[in-house]
Amino acid sequence: MFTNFMAWMDKRLPLTDAWNKHLAQYPAPKNFNFWYFFGSLAMLVLVNQILTGVWLTMSYEPSGDGAFASIEYIMRDVDYGWLLRYMHSTGASAFFIVVYLHMMRGLMYGSYQKPRELLWIFGMLIFLVLMAEAFMGYLLPWGNMSYWGAQVIISLFGTIPVIGDDLTLWIRGDYVISGATLNRFFALHVIALPLVLVILVFLHILALHEVGSNNPEGIEVKKKKGTIKPEEQSKFAFHKQYTEKYDIVDAIPFHPYYSVKDIMGVAGFLILFCWVMFFAPDGGGYFIEAPNFEPANGLKTPEHIVPVWYFGPFFTVLRIVPDPLLGTIAMFSAIIVLFLLPWFDRGVVKSVRYRSKLHLLNLIQFSISFIVLGVLGTMPATPTANMIGIVAAFGYFGFFVALWFYSKNEKCKPVPERVSH
Amino acid sequence: MKKLLLAFCALLPLFAFASGPSVHLDKAGNDLTDKESLKNGFKTYINYCLGCHQLQYQRYNRTFKDLGIEEADGIENFMYTGEKPGDHITNTMPAKEAAKWFGSAPPDLTLEARLRTPDWIYTYLRSFYMDDKRPFGVNNKLFKDVGMPHVLQDLQGVSSIDEQSNVTPAMGGSLTTEEYDIVVRDLANFLEYVGEPSKLEREAMGYNVLIFLFIFFIISYFLKKEYWKDIH
Repeated sequence: MFTNFMAWMDKRLPLTDAWNKHLAQYPAPKNFNFWYFFGSLAMLVLVNQILTGVWLTMSYEPSGDGAFASIEYIMRDVDYGWLLRYMHSTGASAFFIVVYLHMMRGLMYGSYQKPRELLWIFGMLIFLVLMAEAFMGYLLPWGNMSYWGAQVIISLFGTIPVIGDDLTLWIRGDYVISGATLNRFFALHVIALPLVLVILVFLHILALHEVGSNNPEGIEVKKKKGTIKPEEQSKFAFHKQYTEKYDIVDAIPFHPYYSVKDIMGVAGFLILFCWVMFFAPDGGGYFIEAPNFEPANGLKTPEHIVPVWYFGPFFTVLRIVPDPLLGTIAMFSAIIVLFLLPWFDRGVVKSVRYRSKLHLLNLIQFSISFIVLGVLGTMPATPTANMIGIVAAFGYFGFFVALWFYSKNEKCKPVPERVSH
Repeated sequence: MKKLLLAFCALLPLFAFASGPSVHLDKAGNDLTDKESLKNGFKTYINYCLGCHQLQYQRYNRTFKDLGIEEADGIENFMYTGEKPGDHITNTMPAKEAAKWFGSAPPDLTLEARLRTPDWIYTYLRSFYMDDKRPFGVNNKLFKDVGMPHVLQDLQGVSSIDEQSNVTPAMGGSLTTEEYDIVVRDLANFLEYVGEPSKLEREAMGYNVLIFLFIFFIISYFLKKEYWKDIH
């Protein structure tokens, strides 16, 4: 019955072929470690956001008068509304945690280097759209921090010479942030950006499967056709798209090996996620900020306006520059340099395991700088904080500059032919 | 596992700054499972607070249900102005007029405990002192120049602070200090409940979910091990 059905389908749609190509016969390096959970976890969180988002939309009211009250309606009157809302709000922060860790993985093992530049670019586009998505979603509860946070971020566009004022007016759809702004943010948050996000994730995975997965060793498991003796090749059957062009070593089919491993990762992740969601859903005031428990009020500014934690690093870069326009440029540069990372790095050795001590130190100082920038971004601006912020920003941008210089003639360790497990 | 722990530690500093500029707050010692305390708080709220401060997102009958009050009892003892049990807990104070009377309209308090914490409410209501310069003759140590009168003055009386910051304990109230603290604690407890009525349900579900996930994790670990035993 099922076989007949699949045969009928396969004649009309390459179902079995796609299943094999991307899952059951996809050659994944056998030495993935802990860091390789975060890709599948990001997909899990994306699905969580979409599903809970659909149900929240059923009860949410996108208007300046009704938005705040409708959230409380969801929290009190809708069956399990509080659960849906917390899954969505905790999911937003979890999304950034797993995406930041996923990007860190790419940095450590050189997953952005040739031939994976486009894969990295798609990833960065996902990150960019995700930030826009989160920013617009954050306005929707129509709390006071939502309102003033959006005010600050939108006013950044006002720093652009000549067109700035008209641009902010165009974004807001009003002279101040109002119901008109809320409505368009709602439209973008629930339709436009998720659509773009899903398409980009699709392209990200397609590009990944075209070039093949990197691994902690940074050694390719797809070797030139005819260079590997048959008995040394991986004993598994892989899809002909991969075996026609390459001899494959040290790889295993994604399904079932990594699907069962990722299920374990999912279970571990969900323990942490549910722990926060059920016992501290406001994440210590970081996932849901206290001022957001009073409705948006254009006349009452919260004590400290700081964006949600995941924008912290970029917000600090903005804030340490005294001139608003230059600050805005610095902030966007902090994202653009990430896009250009594959070209800043002129080295050929991928994994930090085989690269120079200098690179390891550079990577460590970059991570610390990024975390420091992030922590500062959640705190009120003081002269001391600004001083530390400037140092951390130098660390952040310095990573790329230094990388460009030393990576050309870097003293790396010899890279083995084959991955060790 | 070690690396997981390491990653977790790397993220920890983010949480270290959770509390902003610290003002000293007294601990209310709330307990949401103490139904008697919640009922007393509810009663105090209806009698003393509701005239000015609405709970516009919370319904009477939901409150009855969660606090274990029979609906007939609830209608008789908690609803004075002819609302229906399914109505939100509101008042009829005109906001514009109120703003004229008090300087700003009395805010809705449904989410006050989440906005400021229950301990803040507990401390605030115990921080009024005599101040002739203020329109209602009282000021507040925690919320300077607040527009609100000391509504619970009948109960607490009022304390005074002289120019050397010496505090004279509250006098002239119908309750002792201990009794008054309990009244305010019950009120803070009730407002914490109103801030998130599903909190107890959330935590109860949380334990079950975590137990399930731990078992699921163990099974998935052995499943992975079984599948991977031939991979070297």
